Amino acid sequence: MKATVLKIAMAAGLMAGVATGAVAQQKNVTIGVSIPAATHGWTGGAVYHAQETAKALEKMHPGLKVIVKTSPDGASQANALDDLTAQKIDALVVLPFNSDELTDPVRQVKNKGVLVTVIDRGLKDPSIQDIYVAGDNPGFGRIAGKYFADTLKQGNIVVLRGIPTVLDDERVTNFEKAIQGSGVKILDRQYANWNRDDAFKVMQDFLSKHQKIDAVWAADDDMALGVLEAIRQAKRDDIKFVVGGAGMKEMVKRVMDGDKMIPVDVTYPPALVATAMHVTAANFYSNAPMRGTFVLNAQLITKDNAKDHYFPNSPF
Amino acid sequence: MTETVLPTRAEKRKFKMDMRALSPFIALIVLIIAGALINPDFLTASNLLNVVTRSAFIAIIAVGATFVIASGGLDLSVGSMAALTAGVMILTLNSQGSADMGTLALGMLAAIALSAACGLANGLIVTFGRIEPFIVTLGTMGIFRSLVIWLAAGGTITIRNLELRELYRPVYFGSVFGIPVPIIAFLAVASIGALILYRTSFGRHVVALGSNEDVARYSGVPIWRVRTLTYIIQGICVGIAVLVYVPRLGSATPTTGLLWELQAITAVVIGGTALKGGIGRVWGTVVGAVILELVANIMVLSNFVSEFLVGAVQGAIIIIAMLVQRSVHRGR
Repeated sequence: MKATVLKIAMAAGLMAGVATGAVAQQKNVTIGVSIPAATHGWTGGAVYHAQETAKALEKMHPGLKVIVKTSPDGASQANALDDLTAQKIDALVVLPFNSDELTDPVRQVKNKGVLVTVIDRGLKDPSIQDIYVAGDNPGFGRIAGKYFADTLKQGNIVVLRGIPTVLDDERVTNFEKAIQGSGVKILDRQYANWNRDDAFKVMQDFLSKHQKIDAVWAADDDMALGVLEAIRQAKRDDIKFVVGGAGMKEMVKRVMDGDKMIPVDVTYPPALVATAMHVTAANFYSNAPMRGTFVLNAQLITKDNAKDHYFPNSPF
Repeated sequence: MTETVLPTRAEKRKFKMDMRALSPFIALIVLIIAGALINPDFLTASNLLNVVTRSAFIAIIAVGATFVIASGGLDLSVGSMAALTAGVMILTLNSQGSADMGTLALGMLAAIALSAACGLANGLIVTFGRIEPFIVTLGTMGIFRSLVIWLAAGGTITIRNLELRELYRPVYFGSVFGIPVPIIAFLAVASIGALILYRTSFGRHVVALGSNEDVARYSGVPIWRVRTLTYIIQGICVGIAVLVYVPRLGSATPTTGLLWELQAITAVVIGGTALKGGIGRVWGTVVGAVILELVANIMVLSNFVSEFLVGAVQGAIIIIAMLVQRSVHRGR
């Protein structure tokens, strides 16, 4: 009885093998995805998109297995990479916590012959990665700056910065470059740590300090929400608009609804995890060359295209 | 026995206490003068009210921390506890949906009950587990923080009903006779805290426990009960702070209350409470919280500190303020 079952199974397997060989290059591929756990809004969005994409890809390509692992810090992400390698993955998609800690662990994975896709935060040694997918930080600042220069033309603005990082620096310097030569002048800038409460406080102080502010570059949707509350409390009507960034669903909704205070938003989508996973899968299931660097442009979300950027089910 | 020992101690300390208790107020006045010199906008009523209003959360939490620290304990979990409480409170409000006082009352009740329970858990693990409070509250800090991240799925928990939001908004933005509600709330909490710490036998037990646990035990102080109660008081203070915090932005995020524990402890120490326990000063704590917020405010209002150096100057001002205090009560 047992032997019969085995035979049937073998025969089925053989036939399946023949069939797939004949139809297409259908093969069994395992992709490991290692991303930070949802510790703030943006990474929460990244986790959501990773899980959704894993489901979609497995449906699209029979034989593909996608394992998504989230880690709360750099050290546990290194452990997660070990676990993934033990499961014999063919490709690794990794959004590293930080460059320093994770360069060597990723190199070890690479040495086992695994295809490596790195997202957003680069590694110390770029030769490790086969594919690199990143958001466009200079563009993020440039597009916002261009909007201020084009729309406001003349006026005084205040700028809220995030956490002191290379990423924040790239955004702010390019913002400044973009408004150079226009009549837009930065009255003041201050760090508010991409945090709603800190942005509220800093904006309250800006409002006490400056009698007339024409617009605010909050540079982040969370900070924009804090800024709006401070403006509302001060009952000031000199501020014409506030521009955030990242594409949080509440803010995209306000752009979509035509809120005057939030006319636009700038994307820095956590969905770039999804792009990286698609590109990695395509490396196995298509003949197109996929290796190289993919930079996702920062986009200006306006009332017209807002619905393309609105994901009501995402936590972010 | 306590009757005969404690009054003399209090009296002996009386003169010293006056100078030490005054020094945070002196530091406050110096800071206000400095602020006025740096930017004339500093002394406007609206700016000062803003600053004192937003120091309310830390001040209220720090009043609870005064009890814990005066008894020789420490609570590192308050920031995470505030985030978790805010998250659960908003979820409770959302689950009810209707915009009426009953819903609000239920949400508030849930907040206070949860934070008191969190404090009770801290207290019981510290007392019955006999583990260092630093370790216990470091552990619960992680637990509370993860729970709120889990509840929010990494995103934001927001009050969905806009009418409810508007109904609740005056608790942060409203004022009674020109005094913003959060200021009234923290004055009330501080008054009750001062009353309990200075005028009840429980308050004396807290201080006795902090100055020498063995002596307190031999004097018949119910150590376990007193210690657990300090953590419950801390929890309730966190709950009250959340009641004032939630109407401000109407949401809780995984970064809500980040580093509040350090700010609360700093406020307590600036206020003159000894970090090793045995001395508790509620009013000093409140002034400490206001000083912290004032320093941040002056930094933003000043034009000559680069945004890159704000942290350094802030740290220096706090250390100098402490040095000034020290020299004041040394040279008495």
